[in-house]
Amino acid sequence: MKMLINVAETVVADALRGMAAAHPELVVDAENRVIVRRDAPVEGKVALVSGGGSGHEPLHGGFVGPGMLDAACPGEVFTSPVPDQVVRAAAAVDSGNGVLFIVKNYTGDVLNFQMAAELAEDEGVQVASVLVNDDVAVTDSTFTAGRRGTGATLFVEKIAGAAADEGMPLERVEALARQVVASSRSFGVALSACTTPAKGSPTFDLPDGELELGVGIHGEPGRERRAMMTSREIADFTVDAILEDLDPRLPVLVLVNGMGSTPLLELYGFNAEVRRVLDERGVAVARTLVGNYVTSLDMAGCSVTLCQVDGELLRLWDAPVQTPGLRWGR
Amino acid sequence: MLDAAFFVRWMTAAAAVLDREADRLTELDSPIGDADHGRNMQRGFAAVVTALEAEPPATPGAVLIAAGRQLISSVGGASGPLYGTLLRRAGKALGEAPQVAAEELRSGLAAGVDAVGQLGGSAPGDATMLDALVPGVTEMSTSFAAAAEAAEQGAQATVPMQARKGRASYLGERSIGHQDPGATSSALLFAALAEVAQ
Repeated sequence: MKMLINVAETVVADALRGMAAAHPELVVDAENRVIVRRDAPVEGKVALVSGGGSGHEPLHGGFVGPGMLDAACPGEVFTSPVPDQVVRAAAAVDSGNGVLFIVKNYTGDVLNFQMAAELAEDEGVQVASVLVNDDVAVTDSTFTAGRRGTGATLFVEKIAGAAADEGMPLERVEALARQVVASSRSFGVALSACTTPAKGSPTFDLPDGELELGVGIHGEPGRERRAMMTSREIADFTVDAILEDLDPRLPVLVLVNGMGSTPLLELYGFNAEVRRVLDERGVAVARTLVGNYVTSLDMAGCSVTLCQVDGELLRLWDAPVQTPGLRWGR
Repeated sequence: MLDAAFFVRWMTAAAAVLDREADRLTELDSPIGDADHGRNMQRGFAAVVTALEAEPPATPGAVLIAAGRQLISSVGGASGPLYGTLLRRAGKALGEAPQVAAEELRSGLAAGVDAVGQLGGSAPGDATMLDALVPGVTEMSTSFAAAAEAAEQGAQATVPMQARKGRASYLGERSIGHQDPGATSSALLFAALAEVAQ
């Protein structure tokens, strides 16, 4: 497997150095692995900190900037950050108005952010946490760790970021973030496994002519394998799986997300099919975002995330944002 | 009686065995997880050895607390907090005694194992590290060698289980038929303990 890297051990550090070189508006601490907007802490503003394993770019470092995150903590590839990183980030961005941690529901992320929250509170930082768990591919049961957090993380970070930008207090920003989580559902499919730099070969074996349904974003297999389907069939399957668990009488935000190595030509074609299914099911589409936002290294495939929005959520979604990975309105 | 030097030798042996077995752990993690458990544990225990060498703690309890803190600061994922908690809680249970008996180590580790179960919300049978830790700690009252054997068998017993916690749980029934990487690395900790006790 050929990769544009030096050695696996320095993949994350090298990427952070390159990110720093490209984005002078960010402070990138490659040694401690914290990415902070240069003007932080912003006075009077609730701060947003997110993080998770590397390999999902632009999530989360690419979403640091005005209108979205104040800081991000990238872990090793597909491995959550350690508490020290998160505490450092929280201390760097807290203006005294509190910090919201946005955490995807994976055991490692949950445990490390929970430990970080305790440590940050010991240092006098007021912390609230919101857990993102939008993936309908995982049946919710008391026997599992619950649904995974995937594409909805982008909606939460954008909408909560806009709320914080408007000067809303921590409780209100947290409540809006929870509303986005409750209103969002996702489903992902893989046409190929991904290759982690440390392993150097695909994480699972997916023959030509087959696809995995219900994958997350960590190169793990999904719930089920089937013969390859057309874009039309995949759209029917994924949107129906989401609508089984979501009753969108309100209009929805649509995220058609690439997993890393599916070209926009295919993603736009797939979005046409997603729009067709939603039209057929009578679901109104308020806004659509198509592209690679929550990736899984070089995995081929896509995920669909829908988020029901009322007037306030839509207004916050439309608010200006200026980050490396998402930018509009200013 | 076991002194601080014994505990440093245990952690050093654990780092060596995790270094040797890193590829195997990653292979085990590959079909059900994200293929990084071996490398994460290798990195974490290497950091533990560096920290213990830089500032050798004076008591067995202090060795385990320092090791646990280092794992939390360097491993990431679920393994960092879970292994870190295991060793920190065990270290706290040992108190400040300059030497401890094997039985005290057993009850200290039992306290650590309880803390792991609480933190992860898991129980034996969920195909997690507890499936090696619980039998390992139980058999320590016989001997360290018996503990290592029981932990290894416990790890192997995860093969037919359906994972109910952690990333493997997202595969549902497809997680059946795979040995849990966390249980396997836990068994290696007992193997290292048996090795240094010889």
